This record gives sequence, C-alpha cells and structure tokens, in this order.
Amino acid sequence: MKLVLEDGTEVAGRVFGATKPVTGEVVFNTGMAGYVETLSDPSYKGQILVFTYPLVGNYGVPAPRATASLDRPYESDRIQVQGLVVQHYVDDYSHHAASRSLGEWLRSENVPAITGIDTRTLTRRLREHGTMQGWLIPSAQSLDAARDSAAGVDMQEEVFHAVAPTAVTRYEGGELTVMVVDVGAKDNIVRSLLARGVSVVRVPWHHRLAELAAQADGIVIGNGPGDPRQLQSLVEQVRQLLNGYERPVLGICLGHQILALAAGGDTYKLPYGHRGVNQPVQDLLTRRCYITSQNHGFAVRDGALPPDWEPWFVNTNDGTNEGLRSRLKPFFGVQFHPEASPGPQDTAFLFDDYLRLVGALARS
Amino acid sequence: MYGAYLPKKPRCALVLGSGALQIGQAGEFDYSGSQALKALREEGIRTVLINPNIATIQTSRELADRIYLVAVEPEFVERVIVREEVDAILLSFGGQSALNCGLELDAGGILGKYGVKVLGTPVETIRDTEDRRLFVERLNEIGVKTARSRACHSPEEARAAAEEIGFPVMLRGAFALGGKGSGFARTEEELEQALERAFSGGIPQVLVEEYLRGWKEIEYEVVRDTKDNCITVCNMENLDPMGIHTGESIVVAPSQTLNDEEYQLLRTVAIDTIRHLGIVGECNIQYALDPKGVDYRVIEVNARLSRSSALASKATGYPLAYVAAKLAIGYTLPEIPNGITRCTTAFFEPALDYLVCKVPRWDLTKFRGASMRIGTEMKSVGEVMAIGRTFPEVIQKALRMLDIGVNGLDPDAFQHDDIGGELQHPTPLRIFVVARALRDGVSVEEIHAQTGIDRWFLDGLESVVRMHVHLAELAWPLDKHVLRDAKRLGFSDEAIAAALGVIEKQVRDTRKRLGIEPGIAQIDTLAAEFPAETNYLYATYHAERDDVAPSWRKKIMVIGSGAYRIGSSVEFDWCAVNAVRAAARSGYETLMVNYNPETVSTDYDICDRLFFDEVTLESVLALFEREKPHGVIISMGGQIPNNLALALRKAGVPILGTCAESIDRAEDRSKFSALLDDLGIDQPRWLHVTDLSDADRMVERLGGFPVLVRPSYVLSGAAMAVAHEPSELRRILARATEVSRSRPVVVSKFETHAREVEIDAVADQGELVLWAISEHIEDAGVHSGDATLVLPPQTLYLPTIRRVKQIAAQLADALDITGPFNVQFLAKRNTVKVIECNLRASRSLPFVSKVTGTNFAAEAVRRMLGIREPIENNSLELDHVGVKAPMFSFSRLVGADPMLGVEMTSTGEVGCLGADLHEALLHSLFATGVRFPRKGVLLSLGPVADKYWFADEARILAQELRLPIFATHGTAEMMAELGIECTPVEKSDGNGNSALDAIDAGRIDFVINIPREYDKQGRPDGYLIRRRAVDAGVPLITDLQLARAVIEALRQKRAEPVSLVAWNDYLKGRHAAHVAAGPSVD
Repeated sequence: MKLVLEDGTEVAGRVFGATKPVTGEVVFNTGMAGYVETLSDPSYKGQILVFTYPLVGNYGVPAPRATASLDRPYESDRIQVQGLVVQHYVDDYSHHAASRSLGEWLRSENVPAITGIDTRTLTRRLREHGTMQGWLIPSAQSLDAARDSAAGVDMQEEVFHAVAPTAVTRYEGGELTVMVVDVGAKDNIVRSLLARGVSVVRVPWHHRLAELAAQADGIVIGNGPGDPRQLQSLVEQVRQLLNGYERPVLGICLGHQILALAAGGDTYKLPYGHRGVNQPVQDLLTRRCYITSQNHGFAVRDGALPPDWEPWFVNTNDGTNEGLRSRLKPFFGVQFHPEASPGPQDTAFLFDDYLRLVGALARS
Repeated sequence: MYGAYLPKKPRCALVLGSGALQIGQAGEFDYSGSQALKALREEGIRTVLINPNIATIQTSRELADRIYLVAVEPEFVERVIVREEVDAILLSFGGQSALNCGLELDAGGILGKYGVKVLGTPVETIRDTEDRRLFVERLNEIGVKTARSRACHSPEEARAAAEEIGFPVMLRGAFALGGKGSGFARTEEELEQALERAFSGGIPQVLVEEYLRGWKEIEYEVVRDTKDNCITVCNMENLDPMGIHTGESIVVAPSQTLNDEEYQLLRTVAIDTIRHLGIVGECNIQYALDPKGVDYRVIEVNARLSRSSALASKATGYPLAYVAAKLAIGYTLPEIPNGITRCTTAFFEPALDYLVCKVPRWDLTKFRGASMRIGTEMKSVGEVMAIGRTFPEVIQKALRMLDIGVNGLDPDAFQHDDIGGELQHPTPLRIFVVARALRDGVSVEEIHAQTGIDRWFLDGLESVVRMHVHLAELAWPLDKHVLRDAKRLGFSDEAIAAALGVIEKQVRDTRKRLGIEPGIAQIDTLAAEFPAETNYLYATYHAERDDVAPSWRKKIMVIGSGAYRIGSSVEFDWCAVNAVRAAARSGYETLMVNYNPETVSTDYDICDRLFFDEVTLESVLALFEREKPHGVIISMGGQIPNNLALALRKAGVPILGTCAESIDRAEDRSKFSALLDDLGIDQPRWLHVTDLSDADRMVERLGGFPVLVRPSYVLSGAAMAVAHEPSELRRILARATEVSRSRPVVVSKFETHAREVEIDAVADQGELVLWAISEHIEDAGVHSGDATLVLPPQTLYLPTIRRVKQIAAQLADALDITGPFNVQFLAKRNTVKVIECNLRASRSLPFVSKVTGTNFAAEAVRRMLGIREPIENNSLELDHVGVKAPMFSFSRLVGADPMLGVEMTSTGEVGCLGADLHEALLHSLFATGVRFPRKGVLLSLGPVADKYWFADEARILAQELRLPIFATHGTAEMMAELGIECTPVEKSDGNGNSALDAIDAGRIDFVINIPREYDKQGRPDGYLIRRRAVDAGVPLITDLQLARAVIEALRQKRAEPVSLVAWNDYLKGRHAAHVAAGPSVD
C-alpha cells in the first residue's frame, strides 16, 4: 500500500493491517508508548494517524474486552483511526499482558496500516505544510482511481454520531452523580470519576441534557473528534444549560472548546495540532507546570474570551490556550487530558479538585 | 518572566570534580562539571573548581575562574573555601567522589562554619538517598515499594538478615561507587565469601536484599526545580535484566517493552519519590519491574548527575547537567530556554523519534588473573552509544563502535566452547554467544529462559542472525532489496563484503550506484513537532532524505576517540575539543564525529555540527562526501582515527597535518627502524618474528633474555609483554599473533634499569616548533601510561635533554611532520635510544599543555591549517614541577594482579603541580587515593640489588618518619644487616604471622612490594600480598624508583602541610608573557 497526500507526496510501504483503501486527515502523534490507548481514542475518528516513534507493536495488544466493559487499556470498544502509518512495525511482540499482535488487532477490525515509511520526514512535511488530507491505497492504484472507493468519515456531522453512544448509560460508583456528555469521550474519563467514588451517567451529546443535568451533581463534557464549531446544536444546549446552572462543569479537550463557544468565546484550527504525551502547560495562577497528554487540532482563542472568563492554563511551547475558568461560576475547561491514558498522570489531581467542589456544592 | 523567582545569586561557587577516571566513574563527570561551570559563568558567578584530573576540559580557564589540581578531599576543600571566599558549593557534578566529600564536609561542620550554601539537592536529601535504612524509611512514608532489604554493619547481622529474607539474596555496599562490594549469594557458603569481600573493602554498611533476578531493570532521569515542577527527561531499559550492574548492561532508550500503564506507573512513582525526597536538580531512579505482572521495586536513587544522566543527555539532546546547574541557582524549569529548539523551554519531556543503544566496553583481558564474569559489580571501562531507528540497526552499530575487531553482531566473531554455560554466566561477549546460539538453532524461548533477556530483544538479534545466514547463502552481486534490508539491519559494507567474500569497496560502490545511502537526521528533542536549528545529527538507512543540507562554509572535520578504554580516555577528548576550538577560532566551520556518550566533544554546543556516529572508513567517507570539508583531522583522537589514515588517504580524503605515508612509516616497525638507522639514531635491538620455532635463536641474537614482544599498530601496549625465559616467550608470541594476525610481531631486547623519557612536540612542515620533555620516575619497563611522569625533568643530564630534542627535530624533519607527535626514549648512562614514535596527539598532551601553559593541541591544529605565528617554547625553565600519576582500579577487578608491566592497566590519571618535585608528587599520589603511612609499612623487596638500593629509604622510614617496618623474610635479613629494626613476617598465609595477617589486623597501612621472579605462568611472586593490600584498600607501590621518590618526598615535606596553590597562580608569570604569543591553555 501507499500513502498519498493532497500535496502529491507519495510514499510506499508494506501492509500490516487491513488492505481496504481509506482517506482522512493525516495527523502525527509523538508519544513513544501507548498505541492501544491512542488507536482506540475516539478523538482520532476519521483521521489517518502517523506515529513519530519508529517502533510500534513492541508489546502487542491484550485480548479483546467484553462488550460494555470499561477495561483498560482500551479507550473505547474499537479502533477509531481511519488508518495507521508507522516507520517499523514489530510483529514479534513480547509482553505478559498481550495475546495478539497489533497487526492482528488492526486486521480484525478491518483498519489499514502500513510500515516502512520514514515517519520523521513525513512529519516534517505535515509540520511545514499543516495537516493534509491523505489516502491509504493499494500501490498499483492511482489516486484518481482510488478517490471514490477510499472510505472516509464525513467530519461535518457523521463523525460526531459515529463516536457517540446511542443510549444513556449509568455506572454506579457512589452517592454523587456526574453527568458525562459524550461526543466520543475516552473511557478513562469515566474510570477516573468512578475510581473517585461517584456515579456516572454517560449521555450521548445529542440527547436532551437539561433534564439529566438537573439530576446530576456536576457535568463533565468529554473529548471528541473534529471541529467544535460543527457541533452547534451541542454548543447551544450547553449555553442554555450554563444559564443559571450552579454546579461544577468541567470541559475536557473538545468539551473545553464547546464550553468556550457556549460561553461566547471562539475556536480556531491549529496548523498541525497537539498530539502527544509531552505537552507542557503552565497554571497561570500558581505558575506550576505540568506535562500533559494531548490530542487536538483546534484551540480556544485566548483573545476572544467573554469578560467573565479567564485563561487558566497556557501551553509553554507555543503559548496557546490550555484551560479556561469562569470568574463567577464553578465552570472550568482544560484543553489537555487529565485522565491521560496514554500519557502522564500529572494533572489527575484536577479530578480530585473537581469532585471536591462537586461534593461541597452538593452539600450546600 | 525569565529569572523572576531567582533568589540572591552566590558570589563565588565551588564545584567539586570527580578526580581521576576509574571504573565506575569516568569521563561523564567531565561533561557534567563542564556544563555546570558554563551555566554558572553565564550568570556572572565566579567559579572555583577542584579536580586533579588535568586531562579534563573542565580544568581550563574557559570554564572555571580558579582551578585547583588537587585531591577532592575535605582537607583541601576547606582550605580552598577559606582562600577563595567561597559562599556556595555544588556537590552533584563530580560523581560519587564529590558527593562523599560533600557529606564529609557537612558532617564535619565545615560548610556551616564558613557559611557555604549547598546549591541544588540539600545534604539531608543526599544522606536520605545514600543511607539505605533512611532511604527505605523515606520511601515507605509514601508507600513506594523498595526491595526488601536490611542494612547490616557486621557479618553477623548480614547472616541474620539473609535468613529472614530468604536465599538467594543480593549484597550491596552502601556509599559505594559502581556497585563495589556487591554480589549475590544462593547459599550460606556463598554468603560467607561475599561478606568477607564486602566488609574487608572498608565498606561500613552492607545491604542484604531480596533477590530480583530476571526482573526488568528500568531507569528514569528526573529533574525537579525549587518550585516543585518535576519532569522525567528520559527512561531507559536494560537488555540485561536484574543481576547485571546497569553500568555493565546493554541499555536502550527509550524503554521498548513497557506499555503505557507500566511506563506511567514508574514515571509517577519517580516523580512522587523525587518530590518527597526534595531533590533539586537532576537525579536518577532505578527500578526492578516484574516481567510477569505490574509490580515494581525502587532499587536506588542517585541524587546527582551520573553515568546514566550523561547517557540520557546524549540520548535525548536535553542538557541535563546544564539545566541542573541553573536549577541549583534557583531558576525554575519554564524559565530556562530549550537550547535545541530555541523557541520552547526546559520544561518538557523529550519525544524521541529514534532509539539509542549503549554497550559497555570492557578490557578484562588486560588484567592478569581477573575474572571474566560480569555481574553486580561494575568492571567496564567505557561505553559507546549508537543512534538509529530499529534495535538491530543500533545494536550492530554499537558493537562495531566498541572497536573489538567485530563488524557487527557476527555469530562467528569469537570462539565459544561452552555456549550453554556462557549464556548463563555472562561475560563481556555474551551478546555474541546469544547470536551464536540463535545461529545454531537454539530457540528464542530457550535463550530467554537461560538469560532472562526479554524476547523482544532476542527477536531483534535473531533478525540480524537470519540475515547473516541469508547473506552467506547468496552470491555477489546482491539484489537491491536484500542490500537495502541488510543496511537497514545495521550491516556495514565490510560485514556484507565478508559474508559474500568480496571486498568492502565493491559493496560500497554497488550500494552507491543503487542509490542506497544513509540519511542524516537531527536529534531535535521533540520528534520534529517544532522546527529545530539543532546541529546534533546521526545517520540512518531508515531515513529517506537528510534533515539538513551541508553549508557552503570552509570547514574542518575532527574525528574523536571513540569509547574510553585503557590507554585512551578523557585526554583524547581534551585534544579533540581543543582541535575543534582552535579550528573555529581560525574561522572554520567545525564538524565533529564521535560516539562516546561520556565526552564533552559530543556536546552539541562544542562544534558547528556533531555527527554522533561511527568512526569507520565507511561512515567517515559518507560524511566526507556529503559535507566536503577542507580537511580531516585524525591525529587528535588517539589510535582509532589514526588507524584510518591510509585508508582515508587512498579514498581521496585530504588529511590535515602529517601525511598518511609518514604515519605508516612511524607505525610500521620495520620501516621505522630502517628510518632510525638511516638517521643514525640508536634503538633497542629488535627482530621480526616470522617463525615461532625460531624464537630461541632470535633471543640469542638480541643478546639474551629478557625480551619485549609487541605487535605493530597498537595502543597502550595491547598484547605487549616481557618474556624472561623460553616457554614464557612462546606463550606470549602465540597470544600476540592471535591479537593481530595481519600485523607483524616484533621482539626486542628489554633494557633494565634504564630511564624512560618522552617528548611531546608540535612540528610544522618538518620543523620543530613546540616541545616538552618529561621523564618517568619508574625505570623503563613500566608502560608510559602507568608511569609517573615529571615535567620538566628533574634528574636528566643536559646532554641527554639536548640529544632527545635533537632526535625529535631529526624525526620531524625526516617524516615531514606537521602537527602533534610524541617520541619515547630509553636513557641509560649517556646513550639515548628511541623506543617508539607516534605521529598523533599523545596521552600526555593535555598534561604538558597545562603544566607549561601553552596549548599544544591548539598550536598543532593551527599549524595543520597553515597558520604560522611565532611561538615561544620554554618547557624547561618552569618555576614549578608537574607530576602525572596513574589511577588504578584493581580493587574492582576481582583476582587481578595489581602489578605494573609493559601492558597498560591504569584506568585514569591525575596531574598535579608543586613548587618542587616532592610537593607535586605528594599531591598527585594523594589525588589517586594514596594515603600516607601512619601505622606501619610492609617491605617486600625482591632482587638482592633492590634491597640495597633501598637501604637509605628504609632508614628514613624507620628513623626519621618513625614508622614500624614489617618485612618479608629476605628483606628482614637485609634490614638486620643494616641495623634497621623491623618485624619479620611470612609471605604466605597460614600461621598467624604473615604479611596478610598484619594487613588484615590493620597494622600495615602502606605496602612496598618489588617482585623478584616470575613463576611458570609468568606471574611475579608476592601476588597474595599485593592482592590483599588492594582488597583492604592499603596503598601499594610495586616500583622501586617510585617507592624511593615517595619516601624522599615524605621526608622532605613531613614538617608542614603540603602547600595549596591554584593552577592559575602557577602559570601567572608565564601567562602574561604568552598571551601575546597566542596559544594559551584553554
């Protein structure tokens, strides 16, 4: 198979996943471990993923988890990426927790993958050019011939439905209840809340939120794929929800962007996004810095915040916004992933802080 | 925001260096100290450095304001603190030596007394990490798991602890360097042996620990600032699981077999632990990780820069030592800019898009009697690091870098008689045994069971072995795809050629015609996520194109020294760095090629472009063709680059300085000898060995035994030996021909009781421009790298000096030398004979440069570049004396005979200055860990003549220094004749009245042992005494002349404490005169 980019770049590689032709936005991730978590992260829905770390597959993949289970290391019940591109796929895996190779997993879910690509050179191209549309197609085929047959995900609307659950699910974990608005939220957001002794109601984003919100002690708007501005109906729902809401609201990644838009802020597309497990952010109040796990192509515009909101975290690499807080209400958003998985757990304390607030406000 | 939180800066900061290189503590601390000094100087802080290692980069004026070339000992440190009005001290940049010294200073109240602030990690924290009991307690406080362990102060306690924990157990010495005093015991019997060794080494506390053999060994490098920002810069995974010291292990970074859960678990524990302990700056945390489940133990925390941190720095491009120094002053991580991207900060965790592999280099065969096993104690003397994109690629590169005569992971590289045994009991060649076993069809599963090496690594090795077998089945020319696959698996052109029975050039030409060339990739810390201006580069066949294009500037390429080893270490790094600097100052762009992670030359801010890659014909040619430098310097990196001279020349590479043909003329024994005859220069009689059976007749022609056997083209006397009788000669000859089959072996007359003299010089188009003559204190026969050098010479006659200089000038002219060279001479009565001549920078170049105050390396490079400025040479009229003394690591090499000979065995050196020879000698001995006798001296003098030579000194010991003398049988008789009182002792063990008993009882704290004769295996007698002295940490002198010099120095200086003068002050007067002339030492 080969990878073709919209600027005409063509690189040939060897297949190690499925062979079906696909198309999607080509993005790169700089994490050195954690491919199982990453590939099952719904935020990657519709994208072709490139790993910058050259060796992928080393520790294999664990057995599939049971339906409706939340087991690690999976972040959803399937592979979410449209296709995978690596420098050197390792088929001979070695790990006590593994029962199959990465290639087997990809093939079982019919996801194409190629190896033998100089991913550093590819990444440099994506960085210089910005993310591009790409096609993973058979080597013999021309792009024109493949254009129609390559499977893609519509990023305007279809993508948000593809990653969202179809029904409301309740997970028992404690007296307090947090509502998780799910636009493709990673399972570890739910696990992180459950582990701290609260119950979780996981609600598809297109569900009517107001009723369930009224019964919950707090709201978490989770991560997801795509451009937040395409989710106008959710933005509108959240705007109405926030109006008069007094309990804690936490937005994560896409949820953070939705929160910003609902509050009257703005978002924009980053040239090539932040995808990795080494993104440094600084808390603007305490000046403390944290290494965070990130995966986003859009960001909140710092300069366009409504007056009652303020920036909370900033990315010390490029100065982009990494968090927001309301000056008046218990509403917060972070662009990074405090639930990690994959990546560092340095900001997991945000769940503690958030739930402490949930508890305090529920009692009052 | 930059520096917003900075507290008051110190005015004058003292940095403690690590002293002489020794096993477990090598060049990495020159790197870390140099970075720290640079970071301090940028802040306008006055810096004072104590480090007797004269060959380091850090001991130069460019880095430190005041430099003391003296032992890193509390006594001297205190005097320096007072003299220099020091108000802050850094303890974590000089290895375990500096750390221990700092702990002593603190415990002695000296730091408090003078108000000296410890910058960086507080002393209490250091103590928490060093004292095992405190360490375990502190980690228990936050629920972090440590190996079950008991700190024991006596063998009885240790026995009880072993009982409690259950066999097998692991033993480790606290406060010890490189795992000294460690081992493991499966049975009570083994425990007894291990305990005896551990406690006799002067180690106060031994840890008996839960045995975690087979667990994965993982390390993290952690950085924390005073505001509690904390990151892990790099993690590393050992190929060799627990049971082999990390310094002895093949290591990869980042970890390869950990999933995210494990990676993050250990990362989180690391950060929690480091925060709890309160470390400020850099530290290293080591884990054992259960390969069968998610369970871990913290093994240790090193609250200082370490070998691992140097490796991590080079592996990631993150300047750990520099950042640690900034943090010590009070900066926070986000305030420090990232020097590689220049647009981000030091608060980030590098993302690698490549992997590195470190392989240790051992020199165990150089030590007579040393065990070949590797295990929990560190024995390796250097290491290499390879960068690439797959494990097969990096392991093959790394194995070639070792320079042990292999062209990669060749299953047939060595002979293995007992593959099963060698798999289970690792030696330095275990990786090759694994390859052989795989080739012989042993399964990965089976090898995993035997070695504990993770299958992932074995699978990688297997792919290399498979290609080896495959290549051997094919015929030349190779298919393009096979060739590319082989290159991507890390095969060199030479290895491919060998497998197919063609010559290397054929492979190279074909490969290039097919367009298979390596790409040059940057190490940019962020996996290409941000544009980086970095000049830190490596080559890989997995890259499709280069990240950087060559510049149009006029440039010079300098080839570095490769792995540290016995005979080639930090001194060649000093030469290479100074070569780069001199070329840069002369307006050239500089390219550096080297692959040793323990060096300063591989810091990316030393040169304009750093190629962290192999030094082989193939790789140097590839870089040369790409960069097209004006010239290549091969004379500044020791023997490895020097050996490439002819091949590079043939390939059309312009070599700067002396031409390759001249180098060959000096290296090839016959050609050189003929040259000496032509010039009328005397030389020891010698003959080529062509036929082993002819040996006796040859000895006769040379004038009888003893004779010296040596191969050509070797460094540090590898395979060189003295034969005293026929059977010994035959054995040595057999070994010598094995070492170097293609190169001729030479036998020469071995001169006894002769002086050895050296000249280090720089010539320009055959004209001598700079020179310095040093003499050895020891008689000829001790390898020059193990000898004690004196500059300027103190006992040579003027005619001898004149003759030495004359010969050097003649050779410079005859060989048309441009650049550095070194000649060694024998001087006996009034004759001067040439032993050898090297047309490259010598080991002693930094020493002569720093003692004379004239930078020989820089001058040599300027001359190579055609810059001719008048320069004054006055190495004879110095107002001070410099002494260079060797540092040995025998205590770490179980069983090795600590005896000097023609083969070099020292692992490092110091160079100290004094107003006279005595002062300089005492300083240098002190700096190599020699403590002067206070209790008693053991004399065991072999040959009768020696006994009488020594009579005066024995009298001084007994009567003036009033030290009790113990003497072995013959020596005691002589003492009695001379009327010197002494206690006779037996040589061998068994009756309670032996020398060994006296050493054990602590009645002897100085041993002078001059061996008399050699047994059938060629071992000098008195081995037991020497070995016991080393094991008990008692200073040992085995050379008569050195012993006499030391005793005379002790007599002269017994009244007052030895003076303490900064290196800067010794050179003061000279310096003013030299600045005008240009080259100064820096």
